[in-house]
Amino acid sequence: MIALQVNGRTHEVDDDPATPLLYVLRDTLGLNAAKFGCGLGQCGSCTVMVDNEAVFSCLTPITVLEGREITTLEGLGTVDKPGPMQTAFIAEQAAQCGYCIPGMMMRAQALLQSEPNATEAQIKATLQPNLCRCGTHMRIVKAVQHAATLMQQERKI
Amino acid sequence: MTALSRRSVLGGALVLGFSTACAGSADAQVQAGAPALPGSLRTAPFLDSWIRMDAQGAVTIATGKAELGQGLRTALLQIAADELRLPMAALRLTTADTALTANEGYTSGSHSMKDSGTAIRHAAAQLRALLVGAASERLGVPAAQLTVRDGSVVAPSGQSVPYAGLVAAAAQHVQAAPQSTFLPPSLIGRPIQRLDIPGKVTGAAAYVQDMRLPGMLHARVVRPSGIGATLAALDAGPVERMPGVVAVVRDGNFLAVVAEREFQAMQAMQALSVAAQWTPGPAVPKPDFAALRAQPSEDTAIVDRRTPGVGIFGAGRSMEASYTRAYQAHASIGPSCALAQFAEGRLTVWTHTQGVFPDRSAIAEMMRMPPDRVRLIHVEGAGCYGHNGADDAAADAALIARALPGKPVRVQWTREQEHLWEPLGPAMATDARATLDPSGAIVDWDYAVRSNTHSTRPGPAGALLAARLVAQPFPVPKPTAIPQPEGGGDRNAIPLYDFASMRVMHHFVPHMPLRVSALRSLGAYMNVFSIESFMDELALAAKADPVEFRLRHLKEARARDVVTLAAEKFGWTPGQAAPPVEGMSRGYGFAFAQYKNLAAYCALATEVEVDRRTGRTRLVRATAAVDSGQAINPDGIRNQIEGAILQSMSWTLIEAVTVGDQGVTSADWASYPILRMNGLPDRIDVHVIDRPGAPFLGTGETGQGPTAAALGNAIANATGKRLRDLPLTPEKIKAALAV
Repeated sequence: MIALQVNGRTHEVDDDPATPLLYVLRDTLGLNAAKFGCGLGQCGSCTVMVDNEAVFSCLTPITVLEGREITTLEGLGTVDKPGPMQTAFIAEQAAQCGYCIPGMMMRAQALLQSEPNATEAQIKATLQPNLCRCGTHMRIVKAVQHAATLMQQERKI
Repeated sequence: MTALSRRSVLGGALVLGFSTACAGSADAQVQAGAPALPGSLRTAPFLDSWIRMDAQGAVTIATGKAELGQGLRTALLQIAADELRLPMAALRLTTADTALTANEGYTSGSHSMKDSGTAIRHAAAQLRALLVGAASERLGVPAAQLTVRDGSVVAPSGQSVPYAGLVAAAAQHVQAAPQSTFLPPSLIGRPIQRLDIPGKVTGAAAYVQDMRLPGMLHARVVRPSGIGATLAALDAGPVERMPGVVAVVRDGNFLAVVAEREFQAMQAMQALSVAAQWTPGPAVPKPDFAALRAQPSEDTAIVDRRTPGVGIFGAGRSMEASYTRAYQAHASIGPSCALAQFAEGRLTVWTHTQGVFPDRSAIAEMMRMPPDRVRLIHVEGAGCYGHNGADDAAADAALIARALPGKPVRVQWTREQEHLWEPLGPAMATDARATLDPSGAIVDWDYAVRSNTHSTRPGPAGALLAARLVAQPFPVPKPTAIPQPEGGGDRNAIPLYDFASMRVMHHFVPHMPLRVSALRSLGAYMNVFSIESFMDELALAAKADPVEFRLRHLKEARARDVVTLAAEKFGWTPGQAAPPVEGMSRGYGFAFAQYKNLAAYCALATEVEVDRRTGRTRLVRATAAVDSGQAINPDGIRNQIEGAILQSMSWTLIEAVTVGDQGVTSADWASYPILRMNGLPDRIDVHVIDRPGAPFLGTGETGQGPTAAALGNAIANATGKRLRDLPLTPEKIKAALAV
């Protein structure tokens, strides 16, 4: 058994230790947000945060994750109580099919946690590993900038 | 009469059955001589095929179209809620499901608002009229004096009756009338936020990939080593003994493995791939344009208004140019996925197909089952942009589920399988010739497009990959051309411009070295690129401004409006020169088309910079004007046009499938790169021209062609070099600049 801390809760899972985190999140824990896109670390659809850093969950075996804090999009808020990143993506209508969006949001979340004043250029450079096929990029960048503003307002309150 | 109020339980919720009569059935016969019904009411004429109100007044809308990420759910509910004056949240929507909705064919061709949106608007308006009629009898007040508000019919006295109290008196299983009275729009035309986005950004189950049925097993397919390869030997024993493996399924050259957990299925798939020995098929001929031009073709003059005495038959300055386009991929971000369950002689498939009814026909034929024993339910996948692996994954799931009766089976394709086996957007070649008279007017136009088919979608079983692999395979259907006025390879091959003499030829090439099918906008992408590039070349020869030159030949008012608005909002000025930047060439481009010459109008101006050292092009900014008829959701239109511009830019600047002698070799995002964040423009502005009262025209595909041409034209303006072979890669630009 491996103990995984996901979104603030500890889960004992009996998956093969070589299993990439993505399949444990989706199949064992029933979390939807992290998506299978390539399994190769080329598209970023599976991005989650591990100890505040963005990682490809499709490439990261669970055996290296014991004792580390895993955050998925589900950990940022809910439909009824969305977090600032989620509020911003809704406000900017930053999705078409939406399949790549959770990965984009998690990589952006990791950036804004370490760089609250990230510039547009930094946002684009950080999101470079993540692909979007619908062409929603302009709205995604705008939503991340919007999220940065919301997070700064939250800190001031 | 068939049972029209079937009830079925789906996902724990009670869903009302709908009248799903199809054209041709006794139920659907429209009275002879009756005027044509609008939108998809033509093929499903009963109101309760589209809308039903239950005894409590709860309303469910049904569409045969599917949400593909284009915002269809939101737009359709805006339409229905508007005509009933109910809040959108009070309405439920059922999308494409062979058991519950009308057969609206494919969700493709920017047809959804025109077909389904129109039907639903009329159905909702006519249901409202029925309720008002019932209230009129109840209250003894003429219908004309009644209004609807907040789910009630209201009399001038203030007396009101809730819809629920009237529904019993309003017979809903009635044929639609050809005309309706619409209320003044209150939701239509507003940028309502998409209903699906909150769930998608918080991790709700939104896609077929997210479905988890009780007892569900995970499957993976193993594809042949190349096109036409056959399975020579397989010792499946060691794979069958792997942890969690439930079954290895083999039927001829169709091979799959099923396991309890997904990662177990992946490991077993890898082992099975190694164990399977394939005999390669005949070598795939290297696709090149000389080969495409050498193939026999079926030739049709889709327009022939040649006037003797002008152009090639008369005096003037003639020019000609040829253009080509590589094979390109849909390259969905989410590889195809489907679930299927086979139990008691019935098959249910959950799929992100664009056409549940035609895909059901194909799957039923492949399974040798009567279609009424097969149900297909659309569940969203990642954006598809046309015919990708969706239908094939559904067929895979069906075959595997049959081997494991009772068990729900989920099949997930790998990235490599999606890239290697999806049907491609066809390679194309075009030839254009025109004559300018001394005044600078085009007096003669002669154009030809040469292409494979642009649809090999299901209908017949042989359209499915799995059906070609099974031990008793189904033949690959004979490819056919999609006829005008919509066209396939010849979509948008006829320019909207007014020329004295014109001929347009479609050379349909049946022979397909690679599997091809519909990719967003079909032939329009290439034809608009060719026509609008050539218009630019002609404008240059006529020493005319490209925008003014287009307007010189464009009569239709709505076409002129988008051209004029895009130019104005961009700040287009004749003789404009971009400010020089060290090492860069900057330039401006313009293009226009009306999608299919019968749908949305789109004009686009672009500014690009070309790095003279690397040959790399970057779009700096784009300004679009679009007229989709009456705008249902202007932000939805903007979102789709922004997406069209960026996706078409990616196709146009970098995308080409690579091919080896066993088939496609571009197997991932490294070998088939697409746009990343470092390729973004500084800004995109989309201006929507709303046409209240005009028919819905759809939006999804109108931007693809104009973007390609506006980029090519801007590169030519920046560098002085005209590139005519898509994609316009840095290598080609560097080579052109070196000459």
